Amino acid sequence: MSRSVRLAALAASVVAGVVASAGMMALAQKAPAPKQTTVSKPLGIGREAKPEEIAGWDIDVRPDGQGLPPGKGTVKQGEAIYMQQCAACHGEFGESAGRWPIVAGGAGTLASHDPVKSIGSYWPYASTVIDYIRRAMPFGNAQSLSNDELYAVTAYVFYLNDVIKDESFELNENTFKTIRLPNEPNFRDDDRDTVEKALWRKHPCMTSCLPGPARVTGGARAVDVTPEQGKGPKVE
Amino acid sequence: MSNNNDPGRVHSRRGVLRGALAGGAAALAAPVAGAQAQSNPANLPPNVADWTKMLGEGVAARTYGKPAKYEAHIGRRDVAWLTASPQSSVSFTPLHEIDGIITPNGLCFERHHSGIAELNPADYRLMLHGLVEKPLIFTLDDIRRMPRVNRAYFCECAANSGMEWRGAQLNGCQYTHGMVHCVMYTGVPLKVLLNEAGLKSKAKWLLLEGGDSAAMTRSLPLAKALDDVLIAYRMNGEMLYPENGYPVRMVIPGWEANMWVKWLRRIEVGDRPWHTREETSKYTDLLEDGKARRFTYVMEAKSVITSPTPQAPLRHKSGFTVLSGIAWSGRGKIARVDVSLDGGRNWRTAKVDGPVWDKALTRFYYEFDWDGSELLLQSRAMDETGYVQPSKAELRKYRGVNSIYHNNGIQTWQLHKNGEVENVEVG
Repeated sequence: MSRSVRLAALAASVVAGVVASAGMMALAQKAPAPKQTTVSKPLGIGREAKPEEIAGWDIDVRPDGQGLPPGKGTVKQGEAIYMQQCAACHGEFGESAGRWPIVAGGAGTLASHDPVKSIGSYWPYASTVIDYIRRAMPFGNAQSLSNDELYAVTAYVFYLNDVIKDESFELNENTFKTIRLPNEPNFRDDDRDTVEKALWRKHPCMTSCLPGPARVTGGARAVDVTPEQGKGPKVE
Repeated sequence: MSNNNDPGRVHSRRGVLRGALAGGAAALAAPVAGAQAQSNPANLPPNVADWTKMLGEGVAARTYGKPAKYEAHIGRRDVAWLTASPQSSVSFTPLHEIDGIITPNGLCFERHHSGIAELNPADYRLMLHGLVEKPLIFTLDDIRRMPRVNRAYFCECAANSGMEWRGAQLNGCQYTHGMVHCVMYTGVPLKVLLNEAGLKSKAKWLLLEGGDSAAMTRSLPLAKALDDVLIAYRMNGEMLYPENGYPVRMVIPGWEANMWVKWLRRIEVGDRPWHTREETSKYTDLLEDGKARRFTYVMEAKSVITSPTPQAPLRHKSGFTVLSGIAWSGRGKIARVDVSLDGGRNWRTAKVDGPVWDKALTRFYYEFDWDGSELLLQSRAMDETGYVQPSKAELRKYRGVNSIYHNNGIQTWQLHKNGEVENVEVG
């Protein structure tokens, strides 16, 4: 096909398309407009989830124990699993290796300028530990522990934090509900709106807002931790 | 030394880092990304440039376009020492390289907890169960059949600027403020899906769960779910990118990005919050007295000058100059932005340009004649509720320096006489 023929064919099909859509528009204008559906009436989209499907994915555990799976494990059993699956990152005593999250320690540091937020020192609820291990640990091999392994390793983590003191303690659906973490009372719901009410200002200061000229008290160049393209500090 | 994988928690590492760096010369110049393209006199008048004489590439040579090769230095960057592994880490939006209010899809900051989940859309399922009349499973096609809306919202990590609580640390707005982006989402209001399942009367909270190998979860109060929350599948018209939750993510306007669960696989309706790891051990704000705030959802009014900044210095010696920046508020629209050139002593109102949308980035400019002298540049946002972005000193009075999250204090950039810029603190 020569170039001009091909262009002509293209032009013809474009014209045909325009004509066709113009015809359809005319038809659409004659037909009564379909009613807009409102949110109140279900659309009937989606299918019913079967109980066994929900059971496969519903892995969350709440502070009141809702969602705890059937199973059991002791501190002693958990120690072996922890050493094999967890200690490389979190440290043999939960002290953490490198920059991986700390698991144990840090009691009494929260009001200092080097607060250490471990399970024992900071986390408010025991359920969060088992819920998180169950869904996300071991890192890179998530959801691989059996329920008994899950209870055992969770028991060992509580043991590292002095929350469980007896090595023969068996953690299961019932004993789990007796576990309390010490920092639970030290959380409160967001109160910025009331405590920081002074930050709502009709007329923020526009002139001579602070006394004297501004003084530089610190800068990022001296700190020198900004990565540069292609190089930059690597720790470890 | 404590260990913690929060992007915000770095200050106690400073000593170690400085030790590690002691062998190398401290970089005095700001790290300007990418080389300035070299000019060729043969292309300049009165000569006629090559591209004016020769044919270029034809159509569809580039089936999916990308920026000019001269812009190839622009990209997300991470700070390797912040976190233990790149799979549980952050990368930052290059705010100094973009303008307007919309972030290009490929430049949106990333925060993953277990790397990028690569989902096959044919196997995508969203489960909705709990305190509902009828538990449901939706396919991606189901979700795309539903009534949809288009909304641009900012998405900001609660730990954005978290490295700066104790003082100026990172030299560039990409690093100090780059955990924010703003795209136009296409998605379904969450209330449409809830209506399909039918809420039981005791329903008060929702659990949102990701399909990545962190199975990231957050509890969401029902009132917000019924307000403006979306289940989104497109960003800026395209299907979500894998690193932003392909094929479906939560959009929780104005609230901390950690709640915007990516690769969404499950929503459970319940009567109380779950207190998941991300709303107890993380994303709670430790105060000076050792007590902590939880459920601090709202991202408060904030702004930052994006140019000039350490990575985008001025290349002229003096004369007409435009300060450019962004402002946003999780409580609504930006009402006004003020700019100071003297470290917060005196303020003038900046010009807002482009759309001013609810809970979206808003662009501001301040035009002035630079006399070539050293300046201390700041910006201060006000939102429609009358909240005024506080100075860092004010914020520390209320919250101390251990909070990690929700640092919306006023940023100071020191513009030097040679046009270079440094992240500084002022007293």
